[in-house]
Amino acid sequence: MNGAAFIVIAISTLAAALAAATLRKLMHAALSFAVALVGVAAFFFLLGAEFVGLALVFIYIGAVAVLIVFTILLTRRDTGKDHGFNWAGAIIAVAVFGGLMWAILKTQSLVIVAPHTPALTVKRIGVALMTTYVWPLQCVGLLLTAALIGALILVLEEKQ
Amino acid sequence: MTPTLQVFLLVSAALFSIGLLAALSRRHAIFILIGIEMMLAAANLNFIAFWRFGGEHQPPIGVIIALFSIAIAAAEAAVGLAMVIAVYRHYRTTNVDQFDRLHG
Repeated sequence: MNGAAFIVIAISTLAAALAAATLRKLMHAALSFAVALVGVAAFFFLLGAEFVGLALVFIYIGAVAVLIVFTILLTRRDTGKDHGFNWAGAIIAVAVFGGLMWAILKTQSLVIVAPHTPALTVKRIGVALMTTYVWPLQCVGLLLTAALIGALILVLEEKQ
Repeated sequence: MTPTLQVFLLVSAALFSIGLLAALSRRHAIFILIGIEMMLAAANLNFIAFWRFGGEHQPPIGVIIALFSIAIAAAEAAVGLAMVIAVYRHYRTTNVDQFDRLHG
């Protein structure tokens, strides 16, 4: 695992995430959100989980980010207005980050380097999904179907 | 220098806190959804990091949990954005402070 690559990915991911959280224009925030997700996918590649990284790119950037952009366009009459910023939320977020950082830095057993493991092939993931985890897989399929039908019903035009 | 598990967890904690900042401090419904998605991505990063540093497992459970989590996040985004559109039709706004019909 490369230290320089890690630093570059970490800085760009966190900068894009911060831009997504604080930019005033909603469209700019949505595009920064997509960049932050590319950074998370790059972390997955760095950690040796290429399949999950690709799935993240396809699902989050290909579907979720596009869906967010469409929603922004459909509710455009309102997106130009400034909705204000709640500073209490910022204080809570900084406090949570401080607490998490304290816990992570205090735990000495986390200072380990990655062991050498054989590369994770898609075949191994597929075999696990189709044998041990076949019931959770079917449940997720049912959940996705139900969620998409529910989303369609929510946005159907109501009859007056 | 090779990155340890600790620095991955620090990056993930920072990403989670930025998502929490977006979800708590912005008043626009779509910003809140973006924040929630960012927190879910940080959790996925934790799963993958613990799987990579935890040694050999058969089956690769951290990767499979992350895959299920991505699928559930996609379902959540679809329903959440549909709700934003449905609420916008009624109230003509996406400011969460103005959705107060149930206010006592």
